[in-house]
Amino acid sequence: MVENKKTKNLKEFSTSADRFEGANLLCPGCAHSIIVREVLNATNDDLILSAATGCLEVCTAVYPYTSWDASWIHIGFENAATAVAGAEAMYKALKRKNRLLQPERVPKFVAFGGDGASYDIGFQWISGAFERGHDMMYVVLDNEVYANTGGQRSSSTPIGASATTSPAGRVSYGEKKEKKDMMAIMAAHGSPYVAQVSPSKWKDMVKKIQRGLNTEGPTFINAVSACTTEWKFAPEDTIAIADLAVDSLVFPLYEIIDGHELNITYRPKNVIPVKEYLAAQGRFKHLFKPEFKHILDEWQVRVDKKWEQLQRREEARI
Amino acid sequence: MAEKMELRDVEVWDGNMAAAQALRQAQIDVVAAYPITPSTPIVENYANFLANGYIDGEFVMVESEHAAMSGCIGASAAGGRVSTATSSQGFALMVETLYQASGMRLPIVLNVVNRALASPLNVNGDHSDMYLGRDSGWIQICAFNAQDAYDLALCAFRIGEDHGIRLPVMVHQDGFMTSHTAMGVRTLTDDVAYNFVGEFKPFNAMLDFEKPVSYGVQTEEDWHFEHKARQHNDLMTKVHPKIKEVFADFKKLTGRTFNLVEGYHMEDAEVAVVAIGTAVKTAQVAVEKLRAEGVKAGVVGIRVLRPFPFNEIKAMIKNLKAVAAMDRSSPNGTVGALYNELAGVIVQMDKAPVMNNYVYGLGGRDITIAHFMAIFEDLKANAKAGKVQQPLQQFINVRGPKLSFLSQE
Repeated sequence: MVENKKTKNLKEFSTSADRFEGANLLCPGCAHSIIVREVLNATNDDLILSAATGCLEVCTAVYPYTSWDASWIHIGFENAATAVAGAEAMYKALKRKNRLLQPERVPKFVAFGGDGASYDIGFQWISGAFERGHDMMYVVLDNEVYANTGGQRSSSTPIGASATTSPAGRVSYGEKKEKKDMMAIMAAHGSPYVAQVSPSKWKDMVKKIQRGLNTEGPTFINAVSACTTEWKFAPEDTIAIADLAVDSLVFPLYEIIDGHELNITYRPKNVIPVKEYLAAQGRFKHLFKPEFKHILDEWQVRVDKKWEQLQRREEARI
Repeated sequence: MAEKMELRDVEVWDGNMAAAQALRQAQIDVVAAYPITPSTPIVENYANFLANGYIDGEFVMVESEHAAMSGCIGASAAGGRVSTATSSQGFALMVETLYQASGMRLPIVLNVVNRALASPLNVNGDHSDMYLGRDSGWIQICAFNAQDAYDLALCAFRIGEDHGIRLPVMVHQDGFMTSHTAMGVRTLTDDVAYNFVGEFKPFNAMLDFEKPVSYGVQTEEDWHFEHKARQHNDLMTKVHPKIKEVFADFKKLTGRTFNLVEGYHMEDAEVAVVAIGTAVKTAQVAVEKLRAEGVKAGVVGIRVLRPFPFNEIKAMIKNLKAVAAMDRSSPNGTVGALYNELAGVIVQMDKAPVMNNYVYGLGGRDITIAHFMAIFEDLKANAKAGKVQQPLQQFINVRGPKLSFLSQE
């Protein structure tokens, strides 16, 4: 039986032993650092980590410094899943051959990637690693944009967001495509545990991370990572924006076990209108012009429909 | 514990089986691989060994060659012995990660069964993929036949994994001509082979929890150059002595001799060809014929392409009057890569041979003894005149009117 690390309150949680240093180059107010800290703080186990090229990587391991007090590897943009899968394979081989340096210590394997690295360029590598069933957890730091390179659209960018390669303009409301549903895709891989989390709901998040880490096989966490720079809000509002994301049900918090058993893990007492979430961010500012009102209306309809669908799936247990 | 395999002193193996057997005997901890013609049988043979209890490492069949090398990098950084195999398009897909592997100083052994690059698509042997890897920071060692593929794969681990080296190694063999052509291969027993390769000694292992490490970090204009310079320095100064040491140990064990450059009748040669792979063997047969006719002909076989054996070649060709660089890859707009390498040597010689360039064997096209006889006719004329008497670059055994470039008129 795995014993989970117990955390009483947020203060204790935020000050517990840190394997991800505050000394990093991420923007003030970046949710990435909050999420990564929460993942690393959720366990006392040894960790073998990887990161895809992106904000997290370029801001945490700039020679001769590193923010990581656990073994960490970055290869390229697309292969963070495979990097950790390779390390996991080596762990299994050395365990079988009795050549582990500290055989009594059982590590967890975790890969981090942004939505660009995960939804787009690294999608095949994640799919391969999950099909093979490596004992690992993949965490998407989902800020819905290629933030590291200055705000280009990814397949996670939602409709109506203005990104540098899908800018809003005189005749365009910005991004035209719906956000890719990675949760459904990863559940369809038969992953034993897939969950969506928000750093603003830290207890829900820690619980899910612990479950992901303690579940054998490839598990998947999609974390909403509000990006102060590209979503265009004040750095001190990161958690407030994350709260708006979950309370408007744009980012519903739920988990899918063994590919079918869906549980909604947070039901907002007061669901706020989607447009309040959108209005809080500069990337959606143009949607409030009269000519784009239909986009706002469609947003609410889409979110309502998805929430309805999630609830039905939860009831159906299939 | 993996079961040992009883081998005859001489086994009839093709190059793929030879390489696969070397991997089995080296007791690789992780093989992450993806099949591609003509290297597929290396992976299949290895899978068969696994299925029959001869392997106790992990065998990870991934979804692409890029993932194969990515998995190898993660596994190698974790701290164990790692190897894989590929060819051609697979090699091309891997290229990004090849640079990452060598930059992280991970001693992965990659068996490259050389094949043409599309388009047009072609599954047969040439050296386009080998040349694609030549700036990637890997050590590149070239087999001329299946016996070499076996011997050199065993040597590769000793070279790359040495803590003074810590660089990945490619062992090249020609697609089909070596990989699918059986010959009598002299074997080592499992114990003797493993003892030669030695136990893997981890260095900066990610799985050492007492000493966490960060692999693949960022460096910009402040530090990038120093890292690349250090890697180049180690390639230029440390790798050849280590290869020679390992080859010497291998000779003691087996009696089989390998050198950075393999000279054939080069002691008194006046004309010679420089080649890589199976063409070296064909050229040697031509030279035997020429020697019987009294022609002082020789062959220079490139055993180690990277680091390039600049000084050894210089010493070997110092008495030549004419030499030909044989390139089995389309230069696509210049002289062949091997010609270029040799030109770098020749420009530093007091008394340099005249040199011309042949492009041959693309996409598995044969090069025969007769072709070499004709090449040596050119070389004899060049030696006699003291300058190249033909266009500098000729394509041989290709359809249509004779193709040649860079006329010396």
